[in-house]
Formats: sequence, C-alpha cells, structure tokens
Amino acid sequence: MSILLDERTPVMIQGFTGDKGTFHAKEMIAYGTNVVAGVTPGKGGTRHLDRPVFNTVKEAVTATGATATLILVPAPFCADAIMEAADAGIRVVVTITDGVPAQDMMLVKRYLWRYPKERRTRLIGPNCAGVISAGKAMMGIMPGHIYRRGAVGVVTRSGTLGYEAAAQMKALGIGVTTSVGIGGDPINGSSFVDMLALFEQDEETRAVMLIGEIGGPQEADAARFCKEHMKKPVIGYVAGLTAPKGRRMGHAGAIISAFGDTAAEKAEIMRSAGLTVAPSPSELGATVAKALAQ
Amino acid sequence: MDVHEYQAKELLSGFGVPVPKGGVAYSAEQAVYRAAEIGGDRWVVKAQIHAGARGKAGGIRLCTSDADVRLAAKELLGKTLVTVQTGPEGLPVHRLLVEQALPIERELYVGLVLDRKRERIVVVAHPHGGMEIEEIAQREPEAILREVIEPAVGMQPFQARELAFGLGLAPAQLNQAVTAIRGAYRAFRDLDATMVEINPLVATRQGEILALDVKMSFDDNALFRRPQVAELRDYAQEDPREAEAAEFGLNYVALDGDIGCIINGAGLAMATMDMIQHAGGEPANFLDIGGGASPERVAAAFKLVLSDRKVAAILVNVFAGINRCDWVAEGVVKALREIDMPVPLVVRLAGTNVEEGRRILQQSGLPILTADTLSEAATRVVTARGKALVA
Repeated sequence: MSILLDERTPVMIQGFTGDKGTFHAKEMIAYGTNVVAGVTPGKGGTRHLDRPVFNTVKEAVTATGATATLILVPAPFCADAIMEAADAGIRVVVTITDGVPAQDMMLVKRYLWRYPKERRTRLIGPNCAGVISAGKAMMGIMPGHIYRRGAVGVVTRSGTLGYEAAAQMKALGIGVTTSVGIGGDPINGSSFVDMLALFEQDEETRAVMLIGEIGGPQEADAARFCKEHMKKPVIGYVAGLTAPKGRRMGHAGAIISAFGDTAAEKAEIMRSAGLTVAPSPSELGATVAKALAQ
Repeated sequence: MDVHEYQAKELLSGFGVPVPKGGVAYSAEQAVYRAAEIGGDRWVVKAQIHAGARGKAGGIRLCTSDADVRLAAKELLGKTLVTVQTGPEGLPVHRLLVEQALPIERELYVGLVLDRKRERIVVVAHPHGGMEIEEIAQREPEAILREVIEPAVGMQPFQARELAFGLGLAPAQLNQAVTAIRGAYRAFRDLDATMVEINPLVATRQGEILALDVKMSFDDNALFRRPQVAELRDYAQEDPREAEAAEFGLNYVALDGDIGCIINGAGLAMATMDMIQHAGGEPANFLDIGGGASPERVAAAFKLVLSDRKVAAILVNVFAGINRCDWVAEGVVKALREIDMPVPLVVRLAGTNVEEGRRILQQSGLPILTADTLSEAATRVVTARGKALVA
C-alpha cells in the first residue's frame, strides 16, 4: 500500500504542453506513473507525449477517468486551475507552482469546502515537490531514483530537505512508502496532520518521518496529533535552529502567534509529545533506523 | 513588501479610513511648506522608515513653529534611526511625514493579519493602543477582541460594530469607527495586504476618530496584480544585497558568521546552516537559489556571497530535483573562471545527474573541495575555513 497515489492511479497534468509540463511529464511516465491526459486550454483535440490533450478538466475526466491532477501552471492562474479540478471531481490535486498569492489560497480552501466530504478534493501544495509512492508512481518534480521502496512514510514542508531524508534512508537500506511535500507557503492545501492520519491508516507504513521548519502552527498541531492519535512511531526534525528572527513591522503578528514559532520551541514541543527528534539534519536516516529497530 | 506610514495612510484614506491632515517632505523647506499648507500651530514631524517604535528612538518630533519644523526636519533627514524593531544597524531616514498635531482623548489598537492557523483574515483590537499591546496580549490574551472574517462573504457590518462597541466608544463615534475598520478590511482584501495595523486609532477631544499611525505589509506573490502597491517600494529601506539577490530570483539574508552558503531550497538551506553550526562554524548568510538555477544564477550567487567581506569559506549544497547537478556544476565552473576565488570552496552535489555534475567539477582542474554527504560537507567547510584563517 501507499497513500494518495499508486501505479494504477489515473493522473492528468494541467499545464501539460509547456516546457516544464513536458519535462516533468516525461520523468513521471518514465517512473511508471499512469499519466492518462493533459489539459491546456486551446489545445484540446491534439496529442502530446502520446497522450490526449483537452481544453477543460471536465472533458479530460469524462474521457479518461483521471482521478488525480498535477498542476504546473504559472502562479497567477493557479487558484483557477485548482478550483477547476475540484469542480470536475478530481480527488487528489498536487500543486507544484510557487508564488501563489496567500489570499488566493484562502479562497481556494474555502471553495474546496463547498463539496460534501465524500467527494471533497484533497489538495497537496502549492509550492511543494509533490508526492511519490516509491517504486510505483510520482506526481511531482523530485528525482525518483533517490527513493527506495519500503515502510517509512515521509511528510515534509521543504522539497529538497525531503530529498535529503530519502537519500540518507536509502543509504542505510531504509525505504519509503510515500513521500509527501506539503509545501512551505503560509496557507497550504494539506497539513502535517492530514498526512499523519493517512499514514496511520496505511498498512504498509510502519513509521513516519516528519520534517518541519520555523514559522507557523503546523508542527505543534502535528505533535499534538501524534500524542493523541498515532500508534506508529514518528521521527521529527525542524530546520532553522540558526535562522535569524525576521525583521518585523508592528505588533499584529506577535499578538496572533503564541509560543512555538522557533525551531527550538517546535523541537521541544515534538519531544514532549513523545516524538523522536533527529539531533541534526545529517542524522535523519540514522534516527529513523534507530526508531525502526526498537 | 513593506511601505512607509505616509503611503499606507494614502492607501487607507482611499478606502474611507479617516487620517490626520498631512503630507510627505524630502527636505526641510518642503517640511515647512507642508506645515503651512496644513495650517494651525502644532505639527508632528515623523521620520519615515520601515519599522515601528520610532517615538522612543527620537524619530517623532512635536513642533510649534516654522523654525521647530525646519530644525526637526534637518535633524532627522539623512539620519540612521535605530529602534527596537530595526535591529542594531538601523534604517536611513530620507522622507518625513508632516502632520497636524491633535489633542488626543483616547488611543485604541486595531490590527488585521492573515492568520495562518485559521487561514482567514483576523481583526484584533484592544481599548488601549500604543507600545504595550504585545505585553497585554501575553498577559491577558482574553482581553484582545478578535473577529475572524469569512472569506466567501468578507467582513460584515455587525463584526465591525462588535469591535467598535468592544472598544468602549461613545455612541457618536461608533459610525466613524465602523467606517474606519471596514475600510481597513477592504484595503487589506483589495490590495493583497498581509498586515494592516492602526496603532493607535485615536479619538480626539473634538470626538473625531482618526488613524494616527499606520503600518501595512503586502504579499510579494500578489504584487504582479497590484501595481499601485508595487510602485511604492523603497529600496533604500532594504538591505542592498537582499534587493540585488531578489533581482536574480535569489533569496538572500545576511547573517553574522563567516561561512558563505549557496543552497537550493529554503528548508535545505536552513538545515545546512544548522549543520554548519553543529560542525563548529557559523553561517555568513542564508541563500536559496531556488529551482531551475541556471549557470548565470549560480554565478550571481557567488558574487553576492563574496560581496560580504567576512566570508572565509563557501559551501555549495545542491540536492537537484528540478535543478540538474550538471547545470549547477557548470554554473560553479563558469563563476570560478569569471571571478577570483579568494576563499576555499566546498561543493556537495546530490540528486539528478549527480555523476555528470561531479565529473564536470573534477575535470575543470579548479581548486574545488567536494563532499558526498551533508555532514561531510559541513565538516569539510569548517576545516577549510580554519586552515584559510591560519594561512
């Protein structure tokens, strides 16, 4: 098993025919992903990389049965692309695009709530590396060869730090069920908690590596969730111990955010919730190995 | 992106938020002219910098004559103002806001932020404005009034009324306060702000409600559709290296250490900095070269990092996904052929096309130290720095 995506999932790509879309579609197909279609408004009826191209997501879904989409469109059009996919009944939307305005994401998330839970779209990203179920399929921009198939779920805000974790694990012979980049934006589609809940239910996943960063409430929420709902071991890391406190304007931010914004505070919250915290970023793999051996 | 107080007031005024009479001045003569334009016999001359807590640092002067205004302007213009919010290096004063001074009855606090936890715009308010608002929020958080705005419909009048009543305003002032709060919300929404703070919102002795001091920050990702905001950018208020970095699509923050860092991805950059410290060194900067880094961008990154004179060694750490190691290696080689590399360089490449990248570095014949893992890279750069400093 894996979460969100496997080799059978019919995947489409929004922004399919552009340079980026073409490059990453080829990589995804080579990895074994079941890419069934692409959407580029105005290019419907043509074929690209031996797959049909459609004008709208609805047409692509009707014709091919796609249930997941990868979004690679430029930031100004990203919110529109996500909502179009949700309206067409796509179950999983992975958005790589960075630079999406925060208020667009606020509206997108509100929009996703208009559907009943049974058909609600799950959004991953934006500003993330995507999702890979090791050895099966990938929707994203990661180098597939650094992931070994195995039993550890990975969820990370940072794309490249997620690569680092996967490579360290592979070097120690440890594999990954699914690795999910949730993205580094202030408002993102899915949280650490959403992914932890999926990993907890996944039969193949035996442990989860959670890679956080400074800023925002998500790591503390995740630690609380682990303590209350997770039976599987969770190994944490928070990047940014040496990061400087940002310059700031006024007081409003400080009034809203409580304790728990710095890397040290977040690591402490994780430890007190029972997570194993990797002592340094070069020991991500070794800490997972230790946790698995217990 | 941040803007100056006078710019924020102009923007808010366009959305119906009442502000004191005033105008911007770039010289002492212009300041005196502004005072005459405003009329009356009491003015405040306010240094315009992208930070708060100016009053305690001497950046806000009360004046009662033309001569006062001229003197205040002369003293403030060209000065570097250091406040508790600027950091020790301070910010330069090139512009002043000259405003009518008002007899103040009460000072209130109103702030709007994008709340990451709720994923909504939240309005916070308190009957006591001024500098102590953060302490109040820590000490008695329940005393802070909060309204969470539903994005689908926006702020409703009842929400502004609840805040206005909660602030304990007199009946005659309610409508004015509601207008100010709703205007601030509309400005936030329509201009893609990330923060609007009116501190203080004042009630004058004449019963008027006015935004006496205002701060606004904007979402950089939305500037493409807000040209009226983007044009207000004042580069003099930004670190010149950070501004230069932004031109190349690089994200740079200067730090206190002496090991220069060139890394792809913010998370990996922070982790690498943590690793350098773990190995006994201190990073000189945060630098994220982003995805799809071209050889030109890598070369620009080197120049930027080396423009910091205290840099004694450089670590390049790239885990390539969108990036390809061979591109990055070409960028490194190109940069080293163009610039004289005065300090030791350690390069760690991983990910897509890593063998090709390593081969390019080796065959270049350039003095590049390589590393395969993160810990090896950190240890090697800290050691190389030590040797360089001894020699």
